[in-house]
Amino acid sequence: MPYSADKPKLAESSDELRARIPGWGVDLDPKDRPSVPKLRFDANLNGAHWEFPERQPEKWPRERSIEHKFLTPVFGTACPPKGLSGMIRRYSYRTYSEGRAAHWLLLLAADRVDAVESTLGSLLSRRPDNPVTETGVRSEFTHHGLASRLAGKRADRAHHPLDPIIVAAPWVLAGGAVYLALSRVVRRRRT
Amino acid sequence: MQAMVYRGPYRIRVEEKDRPPIEHPNDAIVRVTRAAICGSDLHLYHGMMPDTRVGMTFGHEFVGVVDEVGPSVRNLKPGDRVMVPFNVYCGSCFYCARGLFSNCHNVNPNATAVGGIYGYSHTCGGYDGGQAEYVRVPFADVGPSPIPEWMDDDDAVLLTDALATGYFGAQLGDIVEGDVVVVFGAGPVGLYAAKSAWLMGAGRVIVIDHLDYRLEKAASFAHAETYNFAEYDDIVVHLKKITDHLGADVAIDAVGAEADGNFLQHVTAAKLKLQGGSPVALNWAIDSVRKGATISVMGAYGPMFSAVKFGDALNKGLTLRMNQCPVKRQWPRLFEHVRNGYLKPSDLVTHRIPLEHIAEAYHIFSAKLDGCIKPLIVPNAA
Repeated sequence: MPYSADKPKLAESSDELRARIPGWGVDLDPKDRPSVPKLRFDANLNGAHWEFPERQPEKWPRERSIEHKFLTPVFGTACPPKGLSGMIRRYSYRTYSEGRAAHWLLLLAADRVDAVESTLGSLLSRRPDNPVTETGVRSEFTHHGLASRLAGKRADRAHHPLDPIIVAAPWVLAGGAVYLALSRVVRRRRT
Repeated sequence: MQAMVYRGPYRIRVEEKDRPPIEHPNDAIVRVTRAAICGSDLHLYHGMMPDTRVGMTFGHEFVGVVDEVGPSVRNLKPGDRVMVPFNVYCGSCFYCARGLFSNCHNVNPNATAVGGIYGYSHTCGGYDGGQAEYVRVPFADVGPSPIPEWMDDDDAVLLTDALATGYFGAQLGDIVEGDVVVVFGAGPVGLYAAKSAWLMGAGRVIVIDHLDYRLEKAASFAHAETYNFAEYDDIVVHLKKITDHLGADVAIDAVGAEADGNFLQHVTAAKLKLQGGSPVALNWAIDSVRKGATISVMGAYGPMFSAVKFGDALNKGLTLRMNQCPVKRQWPRLFEHVRNGYLKPSDLVTHRIPLEHIAEAYHIFSAKLDGCIKPLIVPNAA
């Protein structure tokens, strides 16, 4: 009870727990727990043989946080910025620090633009996006979808209906964009 | 090569991509033999992490065989079986020199607040991940380690993040003998954290979730006392009642950004992306522990603000400890525990799915279908 000095007693003693649970207490002593540098330093964990790493070639202007002094010597090269989403990303990195909500909100907006751009672009490619196969929704029928969702008292059932809306959003937006473009072309031809 | 590719929120597919080249003298190219989907991959999959680009390959839990090494690599050679920590790190910066490998300052130009993580958006450096047949591994002399001969790939892949992070979560709790430890979340990290809490001498381990099948696993795998929060009006009050109204000594948040239990928090964070994460589990942790307790946060949150009950944390004199796990620092001790049979990582694997069916794997894991706890991905080249 917190209303008096003693701590509540446990149902099982340490000896009982040691007998019941394999390995109970083997890391009881904090010195046995891995921790650098507070408890133990192990130079063997670190294989660097340089003071500062050699620099990786920068093959295109790599966007970076303005909180960095310079481009880090090593960086990922996946998916360079492209299209409108790329312009938004570059603007966000160039303008705002990580401490500003605008930085992250712009990057999230760029992600949504990227999804719409890519969905539209895929319609012109040999492999258009396929929302059925890409969502993996077929597993609902092969891996006990309904039974799993109805089992027990799942707290996430309340928001499951929102997921299809999120998936459909870029398709609806892309469809709207195509419709507007086509109707503009038709109008121009008529005039 | 075949690789998982992100196409937008809730949409992924397998595409043919170029095999990654050596981009730096200390790079290695690893042929992936086993990858896993992490609960935090779902934050990317759901479009929550800023700067997650269409075309990105996810996957920060993987093991494989070295296929090629750069000219300055000394510690690995083609043909070596390696496990790769989820952290990309240089080994020589201010942070790495102090063992804070997950906070490396030389690998992520996109952000200073987080280090490099394979396949985890450009916010974490823009590295393609290991849910593919091949992956580029920077600083091959620093991060990867040969897989011990006695360890199989399924155990090794879970040491690259999930088990190391769960153990780290218990470690940051600063557990002393007889402590009451409550773990929020019965996913892989929560289950490993619960199991690790016993190794550190916990006197009672309680696991909270809303999925009965995972709570059953918490009881059988982690010997934990379990409660389904959806069955209680107020799980905080229940936790107070079962701890004689004192509260737990240590709480571990193993849920993170998409926590359920509060509709408004979940929808504003996970669906509308207006918060860095839904801090329901973290707020429950703050409210349910005793004054002066320690809270260890292992759940992943995005870089934006979240509606955390900081005032209560202050008034209760809590210690909040957190970090991305510096995986390799944990390995020597964890290898001992796996070898001694105290921890069996692959006990949590429920699904092994070929890479070409990874879209189904994500859906099953995301929607919590078919009793899914931990899905592994097996590339064709394995």
